[in-house]
Amino acid sequence: MNESHNFRDVAVVSVASHQTKTLSEVNEVQLMADLISKCRNSAGVTQEEIGFTCSGSSDFLAGQAFSFVHTLDSVGAFPPISESHVEMDGAFALYEAWVKLQIGEVDTALVYSYGKPSAGSIIDVLATQLDPYYVSPLWPDCFSLAALQARLLLDKGLISLEKMAEISKRSQKNGFDNPNAVRSSKDVSIENLMNEPTIVDPLRVSDISEITDGGCAVILATGDKAKSLCERPAWIKGIDHRVDSHTLGVRDLTRSSSAFLAAEKAGGNIDRLDVAEIHGMTSAQELILEKEFCLTEETQINPSGGCLASDTMMASGLIRISEVARRIISGQADRGLAHATSGPCLQQNLVCVLEGE
Amino acid sequence: MSESEKPLKAELTVEYPFTRTTGKVIGAFMTGLREKRLFGIKRSDGSVLVPPLEYDPITSEPLTEMVEVSQSGVVETWTWIDPPRPQSPWDAPHALTLIRLDGSDTSMLHAVLAGSPSEMRTGMRVSAKWKEERVGHITDLEGFIPETKEVDS
Amino acid sequence: MTDPNSPPASLSEDVKIPESISGLEPVRSVRSPIKLVYDFVPSPPVQEYLRSYSKKKILGHRSPVDGAVFVPPRGVDPRHGVLIEESVELSDRGHVGNFCVTHLPIPGRDDLDIPYVSAWIHLDGANVGFLGLVAGCENDEVHIGMRVQAVWKKEEELGNTAENILYWKPTGEPSVPVEKAGNRAWDQPNE
Repeated sequence: MNESHNFRDVAVVSVASHQTKTLSEVNEVQLMADLISKCRNSAGVTQEEIGFTCSGSSDFLAGQAFSFVHTLDSVGAFPPISESHVEMDGAFALYEAWVKLQIGEVDTALVYSYGKPSAGSIIDVLATQLDPYYVSPLWPDCFSLAALQARLLLDKGLISLEKMAEISKRSQKNGFDNPNAVRSSKDVSIENLMNEPTIVDPLRVSDISEITDGGCAVILATGDKAKSLCERPAWIKGIDHRVDSHTLGVRDLTRSSSAFLAAEKAGGNIDRLDVAEIHGMTSAQELILEKEFCLTEETQINPSGGCLASDTMMASGLIRISEVARRIISGQADRGLAHATSGPCLQQNLVCVLEGE
Repeated sequence: MSESEKPLKAELTVEYPFTRTTGKVIGAFMTGLREKRLFGIKRSDGSVLVPPLEYDPITSEPLTEMVEVSQSGVVETWTWIDPPRPQSPWDAPHALTLIRLDGSDTSMLHAVLAGSPSEMRTGMRVSAKWKEERVGHITDLEGFIPETKEVDS
Repeated sequence: MTDPNSPPASLSEDVKIPESISGLEPVRSVRSPIKLVYDFVPSPPVQEYLRSYSKKKILGHRSPVDGAVFVPPRGVDPRHGVLIEESVELSDRGHVGNFCVTHLPIPGRDDLDIPYVSAWIHLDGANVGFLGLVAGCENDEVHIGMRVQAVWKKEEELGNTAENILYWKPTGEPSVPVEKAGNRAWDQPNE
């Protein structure tokens, strides 16, 4: 971030998330009522003390226009609260809340997002985000587009099938300790992963993300307020989001230049990173991101298992931020990078750098 | 579980019957499809975008000069779709590909109508296959078919 | 400063159309229909509500905060964002909290004469309105505070849907005074 600006110090002080294969017992409102209460309770704040509330969700995913209005039932929005919504992953709602906190009129913000893809067809929903003249009428699914990207990387020798299997293995092993991980295994082997059938050539079953239902809630606070709510707040040292063209044929799909730029602007590589939580829907995308973020062996990558272990559309990005923040708040890590993506083949990217004191 | 205890479930179908205005540039590309021709648009550096856009995706300059490009090109990357997606124009397994047409500097997404994934490889040459009845829609192109003679890409 | 009302360049720029198609009728629009299919599974309180509703019982949810009753139940008190677990059975009588005269037909309700009256029915024991139709009297007799009761479908037509009440008809009881009618959860929660 530009040093000449006087940014207010903003920190994540509390997080709560839940992911599962299918949310059959509760709807989005009940899920979020529970997560938001947990998040507020652990920070010791009531809704009346929250200065701004911002959420992220998708109407096409929910099958209902203005579906976020219903989910406000879970917040306690009466008397009327200061509130906003983005039709994007919750990480982008967190960005809006961060900007709101910079304006200086409020000291706390609640951010949440959720998705229940099990109710419909996520691959149809994601096909509708594509160019409506040239691309969307062909109904390409998100994993096929990611497969086109993976093959480009393989053909150019930038990655290998073995390297992709190593990423899947890392995800499944790390996911073993995460109750929200749906695809996890303590003793998965590279050999088994290499022998898996391809789903969308060249991607195998474990190379693509495990689609789950779920949600995430995060509380942000500024300066002294953050210190009063949390023993060790996770300070946002930099946050930025950038976008590439939505026209696939124009982009170099072996890279994600918007991810690189977002990380640079957020100050991702100016100091060592203990942890990075990156948001990719394939093992190949994780490899692209590791390179764009210049991650080395000193950084623990996706200790939660990442999206290959559990991927909740609209919440996965915010969950990456909450996973990094959680580790800083608990003292497990001092500095970390969280990343969220949106659009086909890593088109739009947000990077948030967090630090403990 | 008795009938009365089974969770209630209702199918909900949401349909959006959109008709979209094309504007001049996309309209000309669609008109081309109807006439079995493929057009791109020139950028200020002389490179050609296919399919054409009204604005340069990098510089945002308005683009106005449309040019015809070849109906053959090279597969830049591919994947295999089996089974075909329900709402897609294809009933049989096929390759989904990014194709760079001769005369174009960018690639377009479309199908290659190969019989099996073993017939597919990056760099293979393909040619447009047109539908009999064409209305000015991206699906007027039935897809691309492999050229029998391999040409070095 | 450029004229803020000048048309976008894509409309004003002269696009050079190749000769081979320049004389032809141009394509001006494309159809791109979208169909999305969902399996809608109601949450447990709504499941319970629908099953009871098919037996002519209307269930509400009582807030643990102040006892306000919401109908239909949604599992939360929307004022406080707290989960609700306590169900209460409500009467199928109440009063008109608010209404309007509607001149638009409802698809599938050929039995309705137009115009008809749509109303927020405030059930006895509930603190929020319940959407329904008012019939069985002249439209211009309907007023805020009017006492009504449910006219249910025939037994064999009842089901796990929101459509079990055909309409609400006047009971002839004395009306609720206008100042006491309508929403009570937000304005007078403890009454």
